[in-house]
Amino acid sequence: MHKIELHGVVKRFGQNTVCDGIDLTVEKDQMVCLIGASGAGKSTLLRCINLLEPIEDGEIYLDGEDISIPGLNPQRVRAKIGMVFQNFNLFPHMTAFENTMLAPKRVQGLSKSQLKSEIEELFERFELADRMHNYPDQLSGGQQQRVAIVRALAMKPEVMLFDEITSALDPQLVGDVLDVLLKLKSQGMTMVLATHEMQFARQAADKVCFLKDGKIIEEGSSEEIFGTPKRPETKAFLARALK
Amino acid sequence: MPIPEAAGMTRRERYEQKQRLKSLLIAAASTVCVIMALVILVPMTPGWEKVQKSFFDGTVLAKTFPKLLDAFTVNVMIFTWSAPAIAILGLLIALARDAKSPALFPLRIFGAAFTDVFRGVPVILTVYLIGFGIPGLGLPRPWNSPFIWGSLALVLTYSAYVAEIFRAGIDSVHPSQRSAALSLGLSERQVMRDVILPQAVRNVVPSQMNMLIALQKDVSLLSFIGPVEIFRQAGVFKSLFANFTPYVGAAIIFLIVTIPATRYADYLMARQMRERR
Amino acid sequence: MSKRILVAAVSLALMATNTIAGGHCAADKTLTAGKFTIATGNPAYYPWVLDDAPESGQGFEAAVAYAVAKEMGFAEQDVVWVRSSFDEAIQPGVKNFDVNMQQYSITAERDQVVDFSLPYYTAPMAVLVGASATDTKPTIAALKSLKWGAVGSTTAVQKIASIIQPTNDPLLYGDNADVNAAISANQIDGAMFDLPTALFLSAVMIEGSKVIGQFPAASSDNADQFGMLMEEGNPLKACVDEALTSMINSGSLASIEAKWLQDTTGVPLIK
Ligand SMILES: Nc1ncnc2c1ncn2[C@@H]1O[C@H](COP(=O)(O)OP(=O)(O)OP(=O)(O)O)[C@@H](O)[C@H]1O
Ligand SMILES: [Mg+2]
Repeated sequence: MHKIELHGVVKRFGQNTVCDGIDLTVEKDQMVCLIGASGAGKSTLLRCINLLEPIEDGEIYLDGEDISIPGLNPQRVRAKIGMVFQNFNLFPHMTAFENTMLAPKRVQGLSKSQLKSEIEELFERFELADRMHNYPDQLSGGQQQRVAIVRALAMKPEVMLFDEITSALDPQLVGDVLDVLLKLKSQGMTMVLATHEMQFARQAADKVCFLKDGKIIEEGSSEEIFGTPKRPETKAFLARALK
Repeated sequence: MPIPEAAGMTRRERYEQKQRLKSLLIAAASTVCVIMALVILVPMTPGWEKVQKSFFDGTVLAKTFPKLLDAFTVNVMIFTWSAPAIAILGLLIALARDAKSPALFPLRIFGAAFTDVFRGVPVILTVYLIGFGIPGLGLPRPWNSPFIWGSLALVLTYSAYVAEIFRAGIDSVHPSQRSAALSLGLSERQVMRDVILPQAVRNVVPSQMNMLIALQKDVSLLSFIGPVEIFRQAGVFKSLFANFTPYVGAAIIFLIVTIPATRYADYLMARQMRERR
Repeated sequence: MSKRILVAAVSLALMATNTIAGGHCAADKTLTAGKFTIATGNPAYYPWVLDDAPESGQGFEAAVAYAVAKEMGFAEQDVVWVRSSFDEAIQPGVKNFDVNMQQYSITAERDQVVDFSLPYYTAPMAVLVGASATDTKPTIAALKSLKWGAVGSTTAVQKIASIIQPTNDPLLYGDNADVNAAISANQIDGAMFDLPTALFLSAVMIEGSKVIGQFPAASSDNADQFGMLMEEGNPLKACVDEALTSMINSGSLASIEAKWLQDTTGVPLIK
């Protein structure tokens, strides 16, 4: 059974078809990278998987269960799928710790005392322990993104979605955040990333999907896509992106 | 020839210091001129003596000021119970107007109609219509009190404005915050309560401060339906002494309260502008 | 003998003619020689004129009009009634009446453009109560427990505070209409107006209300005083004033007032 499976997913915004019949499988513990030009539909696809956008057609399965049935309560699904965005992730009126505690407390009904040690451990693990009680505006962009990841992890998700989480960062901060992703991968987390970091995708991805105009027009291992791309569009895109 | 760098200042810094001093002097001089002109010229106008007697009569002021302060406690009282009610109702209306589920469509319509009506009608009319109209239906005392219904009129009108400000505040929260919160598995309600509202409310504190200041003044409109608050008390004194000084006294009392509040609101506003940048 | 009788008869007749023609004072000063033209409202109201028929002499102003006419030497049939609108008559200009009686308050502004006689009536303060308080006795003690209202700019405010000293703070309003609204809404029990206003309000404006008492008129209240309105500079004013003065001195004016404004209206003095 695949961890995530998409069948002919169609998403439209008005007349604009942003996902145009997407088929995608993600295996357990796999890291899948979505690459493609701006506007190709990467973010939208991730939002569809997390049920933040209702889809017009197709199905999405999580562990073989159709989670795209209209009317299904999305909360239970979202609790299993963590997601980190490009920016404005953290709630500015809460400290890093409070940000992290909010969802476990509200969704799982756990108390602060139950959560404290666990969350402290997470912050420790991602070298953020000294930042735990800072407000987001007291953190660097890279630290903010790492806290956002920690916050998602606190819900013990089975899958993590990352939407260009480094693209709003100063170049020298990008490395720290990508290191966190590598760490997660080594711990066996199933991940789907939309990214413009081609070098990273090339090194770390188990599978790379190239999106254009809402379609996955080529997919394969990172060696296949980056080494021997078949489609001219892919070649053109990579030529530009790797320059 | 190299210019000696006195007191460790650069040429540019010295120039700027000189400029600052110059503009400070100009500002001081012009302020003094204007005040001098007012102090000297106004008393020279032909009507000044009459105006002074009827607007700035010290003995009338001394006689009426304590009673005006007394009456002002009525304003404070009405304000004290109206303001929280406005905050709550305003927030509820704002939430009703932003209700997303189709089942709540009637609520949304109601919210829209509410704000349209109460923002569209002058406060004084609402005070009249509700203050006399509803008790006129035959409510028994004390439920027909003008304090209750007049306050309700203020609450309804101000909630309509406050609701719009809250909505603007809700809109000012970046949509990613909603996505981020939803993606953590929070329900729509939890997202609103824990994530959106706290930020929205904080964003609109300065604007709401201005509403409070306006409310503080508009409490006086209740005088039209009976309560003897400071404006009415000043009017009674005006008739009694045939002198407008009590109104000046009332204005002074209002200013004592509203000037600090206004300065504080401006300060909050300026601070927020800085934070945004 | 017959001669003397004749002389006496002639002189008597002359005297009579003199009297009928308006006597020494008003002669040649009226609009129509020998007639005294009095204007009233259209229509004229109770208790000032009963049944809108001033010719009957019934009602306070009608009664005063005939008494003044008589005092000035006019016979009943020489009194001519005309109608005028209230606002029109206080404008400057030529008038179609000698005097006009319809509760004109004497004010300094009006006195600039028209003339007023001495006051024939000083309006006392009266207590108007709403439907729920009509049983209140006309005593200060009973009035204390009422919820009071008044127009904030009038002397009624001081009167309530100093004479009645009510247990509850009064509510104050901007004008009579608002006080009416408050009485109608039962937000206040009673309000103080001058008697004419109170009578008008209870008869016409506020259903179920009643004027339960009046205070003795006191000129210190700068109360409303009604005067007969005349064209500016009308020489008749001296005659009218003379007549009124003698009626005041003889007490006949007071008894007319008692008859039509206390007994007839049934508004007792407050004790
Ligand atoms: N909420 C929305 N309403 C309407 N159109 C939208 C919405 N979100 C995205 N789109 C449109 O969908 C298309 C795909 O957007 P999307 O953000 O998924 O692209 P992307 O591949 O993530 O691009 P980028 O690399 O710039 O992030 C774009 O044309 C965008 O304008
Ligand atoms: Mg994107």
